[in-house]
Amino acid sequence: MEQLTHQILSGLATGGIYASLALALVMIYQATHLVNFAQGEMAMFATYLAWALLQAGVPYWGAFAITVASAFVLGVVIERVIIRPVEDSPILVIVIVFIALLVIFNSVAGWIFSYTIKPFPSPFPAQPLFGNSYVSSHELGSTAITLVVLLLLFVFFRFTPLGLAMRAAAQNPVSSRLVGIRVGWMLALGWGLAAAIGAVAGMMVAPTVFLEPNMMGGVLLYAFAGALLGGIDSPGGAVLGGFIVGVLENVVGAYVGTELKLTLALVVIVGVLVVRPSGMFGRVNVVRV
Amino acid sequence: MSAAAPPGARLLEVRGLHAQYGPTKVLHGLDFDVAEGGITTILGANGAGKTTTLRAVCNMVRTEGQIVLAGARIDGLATENIVRKGVAHVPDGRGTFLNLSVEENLRLGAYTRRDRSQVETDFERVYGYFPRLKERRHQQAGTLSGGEQQMLAVSRALMLRPRLLLLDEPSFGLAPMVVQHLFEIFRTINAQDRIGMLLVEQNASMALRLAQHAYLLETGRVVVSGPAEAIRNDETVRRSYLGY
Repeated sequence: MEQLTHQILSGLATGGIYASLALALVMIYQATHLVNFAQGEMAMFATYLAWALLQAGVPYWGAFAITVASAFVLGVVIERVIIRPVEDSPILVIVIVFIALLVIFNSVAGWIFSYTIKPFPSPFPAQPLFGNSYVSSHELGSTAITLVVLLLLFVFFRFTPLGLAMRAAAQNPVSSRLVGIRVGWMLALGWGLAAAIGAVAGMMVAPTVFLEPNMMGGVLLYAFAGALLGGIDSPGGAVLGGFIVGVLENVVGAYVGTELKLTLALVVIVGVLVVRPSGMFGRVNVVRV
Repeated sequence: MSAAAPPGARLLEVRGLHAQYGPTKVLHGLDFDVAEGGITTILGANGAGKTTTLRAVCNMVRTEGQIVLAGARIDGLATENIVRKGVAHVPDGRGTFLNLSVEENLRLGAYTRRDRSQVETDFERVYGYFPRLKERRHQQAGTLSGGEQQMLAVSRALMLRPRLLLLDEPSFGLAPMVVQHLFEIFRTINAQDRIGMLLVEQNASMALRLAQHAYLLETGRVVVSGPAEAIRNDETVRRSYLGY
């Protein structure tokens, strides 16, 4: 029993990371109806930036803030410079651009920082907090940070005029222009936010998976499974799905076998797509023909 | 009949307006005006280019020609910048943000405004015109009936505090009672705030009674124009173009 509790709690910790990355995927999906395959590599690249800053002697939270801000700017620039020109192209073209971004970030990171695996520090103490024996401080701390990020996003989208405008631009660009919203900028902002969320997720997951150019491959797959499970067009669903996948992954890893962890993500993806493509909370789109 | 301009200062002056969708030309050089505080209507059969005319004013289609709003050229500006100059558009199909609440839809209408306290009074004003919207303000807009969505579209446009209101078939699909109410409100708004209106309608008799000036379109060209009163009383025009 105690072991199960332990597994579930640390599953929630990694689940939080999947949840935030799943949310980043959903944000871009809602605006463009495409999954950004490069989301994970963008997060990885941001984490390398954080590492480089730490190497240069910047204190952890300073490096954290600079990294999140730079990731935001990078996301905006990618949307404006790379995605904008192909916006109206056929889906296949855009998917190829996403995959190209993935490969470019991966190789550039390997070229600059080499493919050797590096340790990445956690900002939280090595001893468990409050003398508990269930969760490490990093698990507890990263869950807290994830929850803060999710809460901030919720407040931003729900209660600020800019958040409302971004939601409007994602669901009805034509009407949005007619009330004076600069739709192009809203999409770019969405990319910036998604990249910033990814950067936080990368920095929180790096102490566990270690820093290397392929570190986000598995994480993105779990996040994608979580997003699909919750519903790819439902932000709340994606967050819940991320947590569920995190717990499942950990429990399966502990009781069935570690080899099956990644398989689980694929099983969830295929299972959802076959049984209920809209996920738990997604909308079923009925099109009249 | 000549393309005589309505009397008084001009809010909107359009000269030589062409518009096309891909290779298909839809408008072939229209000239029309909306007077300051006046109501102009554009009538015509389906496919005459009425909706396209409104879209062209907002640069939502490929457009050529000169469009002047209160003395300044607006042709070539991006749609959102034309809106920021005070042109509100109640589009064809209503343009509702279906997944947002009624109140959020209205808030978006005032998105470009910075006078917060005035926005709050305007909420009360449009809720006064359409109490139904107030009752449903927390409801998802997609659950509203067609008539309620039309009220919402008009209210959203009013939340901009526009100088010029473009109305694309506001009577479409509505019960006669609701149409009467809506046109009554257009009359009120026009009288109180001197908002200029460019109204596109299928319901010619209603439109001609509301407007001071009218233009008749046929396949992208103005065939008749003049004071609404005169057109309403012109038997031949009425029979051959308006069919009532």
